[in-house]
Amino acid sequence: MTYNSIVLVKQVPDTRTVTGDVMSKKGTMNRSAMPAIFNPEDLNALEMALQVRERYGGQITVLTMGPLKAADILRDALFHGADNVILLSDRKFAGADTQATAYTLKSAIQKIGDFDLIFCGRQAIDGDTAQVGPQVAEKLNLPQITYTESIASMDGDEIIAKRAFDLGSEIVKCKLPCLLTVVGSADRIRPASARKRIENKLAAIPSEYPAIVEKWAEFETETALAAYLTERNLEITVWTAADLDVNEDQLGLSGSPTQVYKVNYVVLESTESKEVPPTKEGIRELIQELIQEYIVG
Amino acid sequence: MSDNRNVWIFVEQEEGQIADVGLELLAKGRELADTLESQVWALVLGYQVAPLAERVIHHGADRVLLANHPELELYRTLPYSRVIIEQVQAHQPYIFLLGATPVGRDLAPRVASATNVGLTADCTDLQIGDYLLKKEKREYKDLLYQIRPAFGGNIIATIVNPKTRPQMATVREGVMQPNPPDLEFSGEVEIVEPSFEPSDFALHVLSREIRQPTVKLKDAPVIVAGGGGVSSEDESRLIEELAHILGGEVGASRAAVDAGFFSHEHQIGQTGATVRPRLYIAAGISGAIQHSTGMDESNKIISINTDPDAPISKIAHYKIVGDIAEVLPLLINALREKSR
Ligand SMILES: Cc1cc2nc3c(=O)[nH]c(=O)nc-3n(C[C@H](O)[C@H](O)[C@H](O)COP(=O)(O)OP(=O)(O)OC[C@H]3O[C@@H](n4cnc5c(N)ncnc54)[C@H](O)[C@@H]3O)c2cc1C
Repeated sequence: MTYNSIVLVKQVPDTRTVTGDVMSKKGTMNRSAMPAIFNPEDLNALEMALQVRERYGGQITVLTMGPLKAADILRDALFHGADNVILLSDRKFAGADTQATAYTLKSAIQKIGDFDLIFCGRQAIDGDTAQVGPQVAEKLNLPQITYTESIASMDGDEIIAKRAFDLGSEIVKCKLPCLLTVVGSADRIRPASARKRIENKLAAIPSEYPAIVEKWAEFETETALAAYLTERNLEITVWTAADLDVNEDQLGLSGSPTQVYKVNYVVLESTESKEVPPTKEGIRELIQELIQEYIVG
Repeated sequence: MSDNRNVWIFVEQEEGQIADVGLELLAKGRELADTLESQVWALVLGYQVAPLAERVIHHGADRVLLANHPELELYRTLPYSRVIIEQVQAHQPYIFLLGATPVGRDLAPRVASATNVGLTADCTDLQIGDYLLKKEKREYKDLLYQIRPAFGGNIIATIVNPKTRPQMATVREGVMQPNPPDLEFSGEVEIVEPSFEPSDFALHVLSREIRQPTVKLKDAPVIVAGGGGVSSEDESRLIEELAHILGGEVGASRAAVDAGFFSHEHQIGQTGATVRPRLYIAAGISGAIQHSTGMDESNKIISINTDPDAPISKIAHYKIVGDIAEVLPLLINALREKSR
């Protein structure tokens, strides 16, 4: 039996490398100084899907919602071995909270239709909410296996998987179709294959065509490029709201029940601090003081 | 929308033990309900958990919704969400809080999605306040301000759900303070009979392992934490020794955990534990916001740092400018001397 997978991925600013360049002295943020990357745990999710395909066969479709620039991570997904990739991009999707995001993703998954497994990373590093996976599962009425670290086996319409969380782990058996969220301790993504990289180098969305025509002399016009890409199945599918069966009131910012009331930049408040010399005498006095104040017993 | 302003708390339990975050949320819930002049309702799910109800009431619940069923013995997403979604739909609470634990973070989005309400993850503070929705020129009174770090902890965002009820949030463990039990406090217990569907049992737990935490940061009176300034096993041993002499626990910044000197269980900060000991000694820690957010409410902070201008010195009560390799032995010796 083969299993078809959908992998949900996100392009995120690399908040892990927030450095001096990103945060100004006043505490404001320069987002352009943060590179946009493939959300790390989504790569673990993609690897898990690739392993299922290796063992049992099936197709992998990678789906993301984001600005047109998110086509970058879909190309990456192709380099790593995804069969199909789809970009959900529309101004109407912008500003979505997890609820509106899950609604949009659910609608796209229903359009894709044929799947046994949905994989996503446990959480995205730009929000750390870990909500979208379970919300998508709920909207599709599917069981969920959160914090999945590995798949032990698949048999008929059942999967056996290991969940790993703080201070514990579980082996669970679940009916398919189901949704899995994958943790960072799962297997790392395999390196992109050189062959896939070459084959998919030109995979693009239409808004990228002008730049490609400019760069590659062999395509004289966008039409010629489009024909070439179609023939090789290298057009990255872009779906807008109009392509989905959705209620527009539930999309994007206006479809989001949560609203950001305010944002404060974090500035440490100064405390009166006493400088203690790093000498025997200085330290001894410090200890005395702490004992007198009952801080040290 | 119903107009009650009740605050619901999901009180997580594991093998009949109430999770600490459950008690922390009951205390916060009580405070919010008092501000709103409403009630605290607690949800307790499990098997043979009836004895927990009284304890939950003593921690401030006016009413306990108790679902006691063999199928609820181990947490599983679908049976638990079935019970909770049904109760939420039947009673329409104003606020619903869960711990940001592996269970709470699995369950809360399920409930929020089924009831089409907003959910904020991993809050570190909750307050009641008003919100002016400019587009509608309408003021929403007494909303729940859901406050959480965002963007890698570099900003603090306040989120509101003006229109959907309940206003749902998960709350970080350890940031709210539990109240001592009040044996005089009285409340009611309502038994909830679950009505499961066969599809709720799509998932079986074949085996389960829960480790007891070996590092007890939360209740430690003293924490000695090492950071990126720790550069050898000898130095990390000095940290352990100092913690031992002070009867405290060893903490670490992410830099020191990443460098392999301490395990992740020791990590303090946004992606680690939140602590407020009587004394916190930061040894070779710069004081990045993601770290300080987990320890800045410590009663007294001592920093040992070669850089006099490291951000930690802003929040330290005592600043020792020096190398940990020299300062830690001085501290250890001074303490040994005094106990002689
Ligand atoms: C999303 C996110 C979550 C994060 N979560 C956490 C978290 O939970 N906890 C956490 O700690 N960090 C966290 N971080 C990382 C955080 O931003 C910092 O990178 C980290 O705290 C740095 O640790 P440090 O100050 O110990 O190390 P460094 O930045 O390497 O600083 C070392 C300090 O030691 C001093 N020093 C060096 N040598 C010596 C010496 N011999 N003697 C004395 N002083 C010396 C230096 O002057 C410097 O101040 C997170 C980051 C992100 C983006």
